Order: sequence, then structure tokens, then C-alpha cells
Amino acid sequence: MIDVNALVGPYPFRHVPHPDPEVLVRVLDREGLEGAWVGHLPSAFYRDPTPGNADLLAMLRPFRDRLRPAPTIRPDWPGWDSSVAAAADAGAPAIRAYPPQWGLGPHDGSMRELALAAGERGMALLLTVRFEDLRQRHAMDAAGDLSAAAVRALARAGDAVRLVVTAASRDMIEEVHWGLTDAEQQRVFWDISWVWGPPEHHLAKLFRTIGPERFVFGTQWPLRLVQTPRATLDLLPDDVRPARLSPASAICAAGDGGTGTVSG
Amino acid sequence: MSARAGDDAPLAGREPLVDAHAHFYHAETGRADWAEVNEARLRAGDRIGVTYHVASILGTYGFSSPTYFPSPNDVSRGNDAMLAMAAADPDRLRMMVTVNPNYTDHALVEIDRCVARGAIGIKLLASRRADDALLDPIADVAANRGLPVLHHIWQHRRREWPSQEISDGADLARLARRHPRARFILAHIGGGGDYSHTFPAIADCPNILADLSGSGVDRGMLDAAVDMLGADRLLWGADLTMCTGLAKLRALSVLGLSADAIAGIRWRNAARLFAPGSFPRCQAASGATAGARA
Repeated sequence: MIDVNALVGPYPFRHVPHPDPEVLVRVLDREGLEGAWVGHLPSAFYRDPTPGNADLLAMLRPFRDRLRPAPTIRPDWPGWDSSVAAAADAGAPAIRAYPPQWGLGPHDGSMRELALAAGERGMALLLTVRFEDLRQRHAMDAAGDLSAAAVRALARAGDAVRLVVTAASRDMIEEVHWGLTDAEQQRVFWDISWVWGPPEHHLAKLFRTIGPERFVFGTQWPLRLVQTPRATLDLLPDDVRPARLSPASAICAAGDGGTGTVSG
Repeated sequence: MSARAGDDAPLAGREPLVDAHAHFYHAETGRADWAEVNEARLRAGDRIGVTYHVASILGTYGFSSPTYFPSPNDVSRGNDAMLAMAAADPDRLRMMVTVNPNYTDHALVEIDRCVARGAIGIKLLASRRADDALLDPIADVAANRGLPVLHHIWQHRRREWPSQEISDGADLARLARRHPRARFILAHIGGGGDYSHTFPAIADCPNILADLSGSGVDRGMLDAAVDMLGADRLLWGADLTMCTGLAKLRALSVLGLSADAIAGIRWRNAARLFAPGSFPRCQAASGATAGARA
């Protein structure tokens, strides 16, 4: 199983213990995970994330057999299209973008172009709904959560688009999913890092209504405990416990390289 | 009630485990699936390996009065339902009596009534700030009768939020210093707000323990709690998300804590905090697992 939602590097608003790739690899080993798609956490807060991508590639180079880069690309920045090409050349299965942190609205045209450009190169566009619970955010962390409207707009952009939406909870997932056509729904995958298990059983309800094939394994390490999504899977009720998440390889052409075994 | 787990080992092992922060629903809480959610909690508890759920019901959860400002009638209805649940499942359930400190007389009567029928602690919501003088009579009763007080807390109060009187660790510390014989549980360090403010705020109040519950699973939170409060001041709990409770148990197992420290967080600290004999199945299970290891 591949963790599609891992990061390296420090977080600006609180201390995060050792957010380093060598530690991530040890964690993957301990948790029985094959590998991870890895973003560069500080880049989400850079005005120009391009230098962060160079840092990311350098950090991951010794671990390229386990850690695949997910560079950050800001689509309203000059040269963004060459960054997309560079990401593809680097073997990235996905690129990351952070429209709330960059002040890009839900119908921003450049985000739409980015989603299409990534998809045409076989890469997913990975979006982050939130890094932290709203109630603990730093006073300077005023970006707000990614909106459901923003995800719907990108999912409607075209057939080539593949989205991985991370850190969403049940209400947002439902709002997006049921606001899309059947074809558009197939373009969106959700990581399970922020979806609740029992007793409310949000994940089980989503499996029953939307289907497990729309969900992928993600942890949001190093911000959150890596044990959380597997615990949620382990606590699924009997009727959905045999369900299988989609493998990372199912997301997009460049996502090949991992299996999707569900709960242990 | 749900069926017991089969022969499979619980996901969190066979050592005793007390959920110090659990909630149930009842027919007057305005949700059609209330019984199903209760069953789901018990089933998940069995699968995880929860020996006891120390639980409360918060009035009608907003159906006929606000969750954090429950009317006296709703408080009593919720306590009645919790009394009935605990009486029907004494092997798994223990009760905290919920009170609203704005109604002092009602609160004191309710504590008497429910403790006489088996409640082992007091649950305070966010009906009043934790350092408010209206909490003093309740803290006095808690101290005199040996009843731990579980207080809803927002970790670091930066502003007011709707529908509750926000209290943080510093507020609870002021109450705890006024009542050094009373024992308090600071609710859900993962339940919202900045826990890194909470730990130093209560570090010098040995009569405050912290429960680990809440949906928050920040890396570093458990490490900081252990470092600043010590494992003997932590209680495992789940609150509304048992998945994050299981994740925290698994994370504790890789923090490098001693077996004694982990046992303390799982159940022994709770056994010391609550009245002797509150958790007899823990004592029995502990003896059995110790024997199996020998």
C-alpha cells in the first residue's frame, strides 16, 4: 500500500518532530507500507514554490525506490508550465497545489489549466483541504480550508483531470461527489486521513454510498499520526470490512507502483 | 447491546483498557439512529479491547436545549438514560453524572441522585467558564465524595466560539488550585485548540489529569503530553472518534514508554483516580495477562 499524502520539511505554525525522509522510510517500514508520494511542506507557504521543488528532489534522491516526489506548482506564477514538465520528467505521480494559501479562488482559471496540464502528462493534481484543525490554527494562518466548490470546478475541467483530495471529511466529500456527473466523479479520489470511523462510521457510510474505489490511503505524515487511517480501516463494520481502497496505480498513469490492499 | 467480540484478540491487545471519555445518546436526542450509534460504540469498544466505557449523556445534545447549556430537565433526562444504560450493562459501562453549574441546587441534587445509583464521577460541559465561582459548590462535593470531575476544555482559548463558554487549561488550573483536594480530568487534548498551551498551563496542578481523546492526532502531541505531564497524569479516551483513540494507543506503543507507563495510561491511572473497586474487570484481566506472561 502507498501513502499518497506524505510530506517532508518543517511546518511554519508549530514544531513537527523530525519531518525527514529517512524517518519517513523507517515509519513506512514499521507500518508495512510500500512507499509514499511525498510533498515539500514548506513549499505550501512559499510565494514561489519552485526552489522548494529542488529541495524536495534532493531530499528524496537517496530514497527514490520508496519515496516519489509530488512537487508543488503555482499556476499563476510565470513558468508554471515548465515546472509541470519538470515534474513529469522527475517521475512525479502527482503535483501539489494550494489555492487557499495562494489566494486563488474556487473558479480560478489557472488552477483549471494546471489540472488539465498535469492530467495530460499522466499526473494527478493533489489538493489539501486543511493542514490543521480550524480550532488550533495560528492567528496568521488565515487561508481557510479548500472549498468543495473549488474541487467541483476542477473535476469539471476535462476528461484528463485526476484529482486526489486529501484531508477532507465526510460532509465535503459528499458535497463534491453528489455535485458531479458520473464521469466527473471518476476523476476524483479522496484520501481517508481525516474521515471518521466509529461510532459515527463516516467512512463506512461513504463506502456504502459512494463506494470504496473512490478512496485511497493517505496519512498526512508528519503532521498527523500515521496510525490513524489504518485504525479507521480496522474498525470498519463487518459489512464493509472486505472493501478495498483503490491502489495508487489506479489514480493516474504516473501513479503506477503500489498495491491497494485495504485494512490489516 | 452488541455481541461480544469473538476469539480474536482485541486490536489494542488484551491488557485492560478504560475509555475515560465516552458518550451515549438516547431517544430524546433528536436523531433517529441514536441506538445504532450507541451499539457502534460498544461494538468498536469490544473490537479495540475497551474494558470499561466511562460515559455520560449531555442532555438532549441540542434537541430541546443546547448541548453545552442543557436545561435542568434535559440534564435529568440524559442522566436517567445513562443510569439505565449503566445498570443494564454493568460489565462494560460506568457513568459520569452530567450537571449544569448555572443551576446549583439542581446540580447538587442530581449528583446525589446519580451517585446513589452508581455514578462514579461528574461531567461538566461548557455551561460556565471553568474558573467561575459557580463551580465551587460542585468542586466541594467532588472533593468530599471522591468524585473526579471531567471538564470540557478548549485547548487554548483565543476567542469565544458559539454555543459554549470556552475554557482552557489555564481556567481549569485556577479552579484546581482553589480545590486541591478535588481531582479533575482535563478533557480531550485532541479535541480542538492548541494542546501545546494546555500542558504548561496545568503542569503544576497535580490534581489535574488529562485525557487523550478527541479527533486530533497531531504528531508530537502525545510525546509532549508525556514529557510535560508525565505518563501517570494521562488517561486514554476516545470521545467522539474511536478510530483516533485506537491510533493513539498504537502510537503510544512506539513512543518508547515502559510497559508500566502504558498500563497506567490504559487503565491504572483511572483505577487510582476513581473510587476503589470502580473497575473490577480490569484488576481481574490484569492478573490474568500477568499470569499468561509468567
